[in-house]
Amino acid sequence: MQKYPVADILDVCVEAGRVMLENGAETYRVEDTLYRIAKSYNLVYINVFVVPTALILTVQGEDGQDHTELLRMTDRQTNLEKVSMVNDLSRQLAQRALAPDKVKLKLTNIKNTPRNFSTWQRNLAIAFACGSFPLLFGGTYDDMLPAFIAGGLGHILFEVVNDWTNVSFFAEMVASFFIGLLALLFTTSGFGDDVNIIIIGSVMSLVPGMAITNSFRDLMAGHLLAGVAVLAKAFLTAGAIGIGIAMVLTFL
Amino acid sequence: MNLNHLAYFIAALVATFGFGVLYNVPTRTLFASSFAGAVGWIVYYILSFQLELDLFVGVGVAAFLVAYFSQWYARHFKMPVIVFAIPGIIPLVPGGSAYNMMRAFIEGSSEMALMYATETFLISGAIALGLSVNSGLFQVFSNRAFEKRDKRYLP
Repeated sequence: MQKYPVADILDVCVEAGRVMLENGAETYRVEDTLYRIAKSYNLVYINVFVVPTALILTVQGEDGQDHTELLRMTDRQTNLEKVSMVNDLSRQLAQRALAPDKVKLKLTNIKNTPRNFSTWQRNLAIAFACGSFPLLFGGTYDDMLPAFIAGGLGHILFEVVNDWTNVSFFAEMVASFFIGLLALLFTTSGFGDDVNIIIIGSVMSLVPGMAITNSFRDLMAGHLLAGVAVLAKAFLTAGAIGIGIAMVLTFL
Repeated sequence: MNLNHLAYFIAALVATFGFGVLYNVPTRTLFASSFAGAVGWIVYYILSFQLELDLFVGVGVAAFLVAYFSQWYARHFKMPVIVFAIPGIIPLVPGGSAYNMMRAFIEGSSEMALMYATETFLISGAIALGLSVNSGLFQVFSNRAFEKRDKRYLP
């Protein structure tokens, strides 16, 4: 097998980790993938440490020198297609180690893959999802249209404010306040049955369900630090939604 | 199975589909993950609301089922499990109890709030438990060459 400089291999590993972590992979999956990539290049003493905001990778090359790289993460989103693509790449590498340059090119391609749906299609999809939640939470068919409107507009407002201020806590608070206000307006004007059901249904687009569940999985897998960090983020989000709704409920 | 079940099934399907689009699930697996989510929710509904078992049991079984579907799909489509599991569990997420908890806190009835908080905590715990138990079982039983297999990196 051909030999490559350790620094190049580390770059590839860190880049792969960045793409995975940025797009919402669990921490244990990132650790596992980086370990496998490093191992496919015959490195030894591989140690990976991943938390949701940072990534540290230490390996030893065949010259006995230790190499470390640290990556600080700032923004996170959820794009499961990219996670799956990096996963595929790591499988390919496990079968046949490619030159680091080629892998880097493939990672850049993955990073530049556009989303499957435009912003409007996404907002429409989330509006439909919010519209169907009232049925699942024990509401009536009359609650579906108000939740559709409130949930869709609320999510659009969330994205706009989030882009604008870059503080997701504030954006969630504003969006949930708006949703609550809209739901209250609908029910007082006789459009829709139960204000609680409408609010629950439309707020589901902001609820950190994924964060709560992922954090529990991390905790059960023994990744205590990552689990607690994600749980803290989930509680912060839930608190933001709660405050936004609370401001509306005081009008009741 | 009557018309009500069908309506609930379609509602859960649409909800999961919407979140799949939001999380940018690969297009060819969108319907697969929606189906897993809808089946999971219907099982939760039948167990917890019609047979009147504990919410914890219903959600746990439903999450286990969603995870089972996801593992099967993951092998079929050759993609990671989370591509299917994350949209699939969305209808089970305890949004209702979390909202009721917040509302009870604001209205000053902290006993009710604590009750809802326990419910929220238990349901999210049950979801995680269902997923973990399933992945643990799959780890043990899916690979015949269990002894020879490379160990997962679990520090």
